[in-house]
Amino acid sequence: MTFEEIKLKLVSRFGDSVILKEEVTGLQAALFVHVEDLVPVCSFLRDTEGLYFDFLSNITAVDYEDHFTIVYHLSSLPYQHTVVLKVELEGNRSLDELPEIPSVTSIWRTADWHEREAFDLMGIYFSGHPDLRRILLPDDWEGYPLRKDYQEAEKYHGININ
Amino acid sequence: MANPKYKEALDRYERHLTEISTQEMVLNMGPQHPSTHGVLRLKLITDGEIVKEVVPHLGYLHRCFDKHAESLNYGKTIPFTDRLDYLASMNNSHAFVMGVERMLGLDSKIPKRIEYIRVLVCELNRIASHLIAIGTYGIDIGATTPFLWCFRDREHIMNMLEWASGSRMLYNYIWVGGLFYDLPVGFEVRCAEFINYFKPKLIELDEILTQNQIFISRTANIGILPADVAINYGVSGPMLRASGIKWDLRRIDGYSVYPEIDFEIPVGKGAMGSIGDCWDRYKVRVDEVHESVRIVEQCLERLQKDFKRTADFDPRALVPKKVNLKAQDYYVRAENPKGELGFYFVTKEKSDIPLRVKSRGPSFNNLSVISELGKGVLIADLIAILGSIDIVLGEVDR
Repeated sequence: MTFEEIKLKLVSRFGDSVILKEEVTGLQAALFVHVEDLVPVCSFLRDTEGLYFDFLSNITAVDYEDHFTIVYHLSSLPYQHTVVLKVELEGNRSLDELPEIPSVTSIWRTADWHEREAFDLMGIYFSGHPDLRRILLPDDWEGYPLRKDYQEAEKYHGININ
Repeated sequence: MANPKYKEALDRYERHLTEISTQEMVLNMGPQHPSTHGVLRLKLITDGEIVKEVVPHLGYLHRCFDKHAESLNYGKTIPFTDRLDYLASMNNSHAFVMGVERMLGLDSKIPKRIEYIRVLVCELNRIASHLIAIGTYGIDIGATTPFLWCFRDREHIMNMLEWASGSRMLYNYIWVGGLFYDLPVGFEVRCAEFINYFKPKLIELDEILTQNQIFISRTANIGILPADVAINYGVSGPMLRASGIKWDLRRIDGYSVYPEIDFEIPVGKGAMGSIGDCWDRYKVRVDEVHESVRIVEQCLERLQKDFKRTADFDPRALVPKKVNLKAQDYYVRAENPKGELGFYFVTKEKSDIPLRVKSRGPSFNNLSVISELGKGVLIADLIAILGSIDIVLGEVDR
């Protein structure tokens, strides 16, 4: 199914407002959805006949300095088509109040570790995630290293790390 | 960290460990354990010999690939990609380079000889990687001889690739727009000799391991991974194919010169037990080695007939002096020996340094299914399951 057809299916189910904007300039077209629509859109993409996006390839969090973007790369094994979903989040830089987005773990279990990684390295809070611990860094690490404004710590447990 | 909300999951996890019943025990397997294939730590909650729960702890080999890639230009990142799955460096850099070339619009201009050389070295590397998977799987289960045989044969491949690139394991051979060097003179002949030597060895290996009754008893009907669970967990590569799904990106995406090459996609058939058990995962890898040998033979034939070495052939003719991209993003995926390796690029305008690179390691996703497969199995079987997943910690932790 082509990008336009996928878009039409989504619009016919959720209405025009579901797609905030689209990005067709690059090599892979992407659909932007609202953060509140994410879980219903994802379930729809996975379960609808003709779409069956059953394979979540990748979740990436990107720091654009003024906002964060979470990118979902989906593909369908039976139909061999792919789609890119993007969600923009406000660029709240405070470590006490991370940007929040609902978890899609209930739809694809792949999301479990990918979301933990995004939480660990980029500081995105996935609400409803069953086990949102840091995955690659130690549990007591401070800050989120992939953020553009991350300041490297001088010491970790009294050991110089710089 | 001030907000307690972000510590909730950690507290819950620690509480869970203290709340186990008296007959249960928390057992650490790794990070220094030969059967975890590197620095992986599995926290097991066990009841006697039975594993109740597996909690993997990662990150012991985290080398900040994503962060490094944000501060280096594309050419300089290639050596870092080599260190992701260090058993299949060629395949990693091939995937990375392919992504950059497609963004540059260079992919259709690459000469056929270069593409065939790339496929040739990638498939040799795939054989080497699968030989490690097969050999170490044998030793996990207690068969020492196949391990030694596999390493002996793999060493021939390492030597050949060292001859081509100058390095034994981490090659930095495939460059954006071309290759480091052309193949050394006589490489094709030596490679053909190796293939002739290797084919009978594969049959020997089959006899000692695949048909071995002890091996079958340890692997058949163990760790059965149904296809729907595999897809839901994002499992890819030989592991997904062992669950009966014919999904190989070399065919699906048809990148490089794979559409011109004839090869089969082996899938798990449950010959010794059920579809998707440990034996199937092992067998798919063995079959893939046979297919890779076929691909190598076809590449050698084309390289010696249609795309011969010429005096004026320059493998670096198309290598850009500076990679100048417009602002865009692109997700490239390729079939690695372990599964779908993906790189997601976000580029900056007029800069040869990307804004963000995310690597999607196949081992990372394949390993996540261990908590599902490891429920209620014997500890000895957990070793068999973990070995059949074939992880490389360099790629899990990145």
